[in-house]
Amino acid sequence: MKNRVVITGLGVVSPNGVGLTDFEKAIKSGTSGIEFYPDLKELGFSCCIGGKPKISEALKRQYLTELQLRDFNSSGILYGCMAGMDAWKDAGFSISDTTDYDSGIIFGAGTSGIEKFREAIYKLDDKQVRRLGSTVVAQTMTSGVSAYLGGILGLGNQVTTNSSACTTGTEAILMGFDRIKAGLAKRMIVGGTSDEGPYIWGGFDAMRVLNYKHNDNPESGSRPMSATASGFVPGSGAGAMVLESLESALERNATIYAEILGGDVNSGGQRDGGSMTAPNSKAVQRCIKKAVKNSNINPSEIDAINGHLTATIKDFTEIENWSEALNLKGTDFPYINSLKSMVGHCLSASGAIESVASVLQIHHNFIFPNINCEDLNEEITALISKEKIPQKLIEKEINIVAKASFGFGDVNGCLIFKKFRK
Amino acid sequence: MSEKDKMIEELKLIVKPYIQDEKGFEEMHEGTDFINDLKINSANLVDVILDIEDKYDIIFDNDSMDKMLNVKAALEIINQKVSEK
Repeated sequence: MKNRVVITGLGVVSPNGVGLTDFEKAIKSGTSGIEFYPDLKELGFSCCIGGKPKISEALKRQYLTELQLRDFNSSGILYGCMAGMDAWKDAGFSISDTTDYDSGIIFGAGTSGIEKFREAIYKLDDKQVRRLGSTVVAQTMTSGVSAYLGGILGLGNQVTTNSSACTTGTEAILMGFDRIKAGLAKRMIVGGTSDEGPYIWGGFDAMRVLNYKHNDNPESGSRPMSATASGFVPGSGAGAMVLESLESALERNATIYAEILGGDVNSGGQRDGGSMTAPNSKAVQRCIKKAVKNSNINPSEIDAINGHLTATIKDFTEIENWSEALNLKGTDFPYINSLKSMVGHCLSASGAIESVASVLQIHHNFIFPNINCEDLNEEITALISKEKIPQKLIEKEINIVAKASFGFGDVNGCLIFKKFRK
Repeated sequence: MSEKDKMIEELKLIVKPYIQDEKGFEEMHEGTDFINDLKINSANLVDVILDIEDKYDIIFDNDSMDKMLNVKAALEIINQKVSEK
């Protein structure tokens, strides 16, 4: 097989754990990162709960300099830099003084620096354009996260940002995979990040797609696959991976977390039931099937699926699509879990954070539990066996995990991760 | 300490976050150039100017801002603007 691509570094900044060690502990124990935010209530939000990574001022300063943090107000760029720098370090690299032309970045984002953007607009409307300072552009341009990270690490291959709504993180991984596969780069930092807070979450609250019934009980608010799933809980954070050609990884004797066998991205074209906000099921199935096919595996070899599963009525449709695409049901269906039960829907970061969780499952041989689905949706359990939806940690050998994400614009992404074997 | 030395000390506090040359900063004097001697990123010059405006409660016009490339010019322009208040 030409130019195999492996994962040699991971980084994560998640509402339920910042850094790999805390994150792994949190997902194994089913720890929720969802909290009540008084500012959302104050602003009149229906859903006043959400997920934000907990980061101290001291921790921030381990990643960004005092100068970078001056007038800095962009949560997504901070999270992306932290996750990306952690992944780079985890892969065994240090910050170089010279440009590394063999390494690049594809770091996705939905928006950038929405808090900074708001600040700038207020100043502008107050006729204070000359007082915006020097970093409004860098903090609010969509590629802000990759630009900051590229500069910090000195990377000289392609440095860019992709954006495809909630598929963003998953798509970034596939784009990096393709670039290494094509021989255009030896290493790519790939991932996704999302801003946090009212200015990014407000539009979803207005669409009434968020769960407003758990303001008094935030940790049980995100309920994928539950009969009482009634909207998603918004989250934020970032996930990152270092993808590397197998040749380069072996040459430097790197730790290999997993191999990426293949994947696919597509769109349903907002036809056949698809729309701006709803998926075309034919396209979803096609995406999964193509990913399985170009990975040269048999669906029955998949040990676990990490779903998109946001906790809306579409959860059942997603399970139905997996079942149809893989032609597996009942007890033959793979284990399936949703990280969103613990961290909410981290939007443009979701695919990346969830992929980090998927890869940890392969590397450390476990399947993390789903929380908040003690009352499983009966339509779902009529299709797949309820033992396949673990509510307790399962420790067993995991070889292959399939990960999918779906996003506004009727876009889909699916990745196949496998335990590395020479 | 002369009035000028006092102002240079004040200016040192303002530029400190942006400098990338410690030696140039330690030895900062009237002839110091912000970009060449202190290695301040040219994009950050506007931040230095905004911080000076805040410190002395003055507002620079575009021409004055363009000239503000070294300590000497900064001192002259600040003094001029302060005297016009």
